[in-house]
Amino acid sequence: MPSLKSLRTRINSVKSTQKITSAMKMVAASKLRRAQTQAEAARPYAERMERMMRALAASVAGSPTAPPLLIGTGKDQTHLLIAVTADRGLAGAFNSSIGRATRNLARRLESEGKTVKILTVGRKGRDYLRRELASRLLEPGISYAGKRRLEFADAAEIGERVTTMLMAGEIDVATIVYNRFQSVIAQVVTEQQIIPAPPPPAGQAEDTGAQYEFEPDEETILEKLLPQVLAIQVYRALLESAAGEHGARMTAMDNATRNAGDMIKRLTLNYNRARQANITKELIEIISGAEAV
Amino acid sequence: MPTNLEIVSPEKLLLSRPVDMVVIPAAEGDMGVLEGHTPMIVALRGGTIALYEGDRITDQLYVAGGFAEVTPERCTVLANEAIPLAELSRTEAERRLAEAEAAYDAAGKPEGVQEDALLDRVQSARAMVEATGSA
Repeated sequence: MPSLKSLRTRINSVKSTQKITSAMKMVAASKLRRAQTQAEAARPYAERMERMMRALAASVAGSPTAPPLLIGTGKDQTHLLIAVTADRGLAGAFNSSIGRATRNLARRLESEGKTVKILTVGRKGRDYLRRELASRLLEPGISYAGKRRLEFADAAEIGERVTTMLMAGEIDVATIVYNRFQSVIAQVVTEQQIIPAPPPPAGQAEDTGAQYEFEPDEETILEKLLPQVLAIQVYRALLESAAGEHGARMTAMDNATRNAGDMIKRLTLNYNRARQANITKELIEIISGAEAV
Repeated sequence: MPTNLEIVSPEKLLLSRPVDMVVIPAAEGDMGVLEGHTPMIVALRGGTIALYEGDRITDQLYVAGGFAEVTPERCTVLANEAIPLAELSRTEAERRLAEAEAAYDAAGKPEGVQEDALLDRVQSARAMVEATGSA
């Protein structure tokens, strides 16, 4: 039977933990709202970009001079995996599920004889993958710790880095692994191929109804547009992941708060029992002492 | 009849409203867009977008480059940034120009795509400086 004092200390410590977890839940909830607004605001651009891309791809498709960003290098030997995680933990399985998915994908590709390189975005993913796949990690990993707001420029930077690697022939295929925000309680691990650009869904090219003219010409525009398309895909993944992170943390902290509540209830019960037992014991001692006299 | 102008940046929808005419800085020269224009996709250089109501310019925005999709009903501008001329700062513009020129010089003798990108940057910074002069 633990002593009364030790029970009291435990109850107090669980109570302060509960205060922290419930505060974290509130913070995550408000950050989630902000992240969602940001993701929503990015949608119009992405949609219009896609529309333009469809019109362009339709007219360039099949041309042997199409840029590598669109059709790849023609090989699929070296794969780049971009693993998007958070910089902080305490978000349930959010980070480890990305870590696991990336590791499995890397293992599968390697068993097929491919070379794998991994670029990590976010500190947690790096920590996770360093244990087993350290030699495949690209230096330096990217981290936005301490940054208040994700900007498009951040995504553009990643896009540029990937493009440079592609042009230098260091990679052939690039895939981004991130948590897609489905709802506050559900984040779906998504693997999305970004190079070569996935073909636009068939049958939708016509519904624009218009044959576009291009100025200067298709290929020049495509050359400028593709890095932008790449950046916007990365940007979307980053935003989805940010929203997912806060959602996951909110759920995790909600559970933690509830568990702490249960624990406090149980400990308080034990504490009261111990207190009662003490009183009973003292009474017995007094009575039997009195009888003995 | 007005045409619908939309200016979108990756971070948000900046502007969406009907205008009588809009002049956009296309890569090969300024281009006026009225309602009923032939469908086009154009690349933009750095320069000024001018919104017309009747014969009057109501708004002017600086864009650093981007793309525009023109259809008979609307004109959509995809720009990485679009800043109203009144909010441009001369010092910022000059700093950018200096940076862009430094980057071009530092690259030595770039070729092909890379040269184009660097030259675009210099050109768009120069247009920004010029735009501050005209505001």
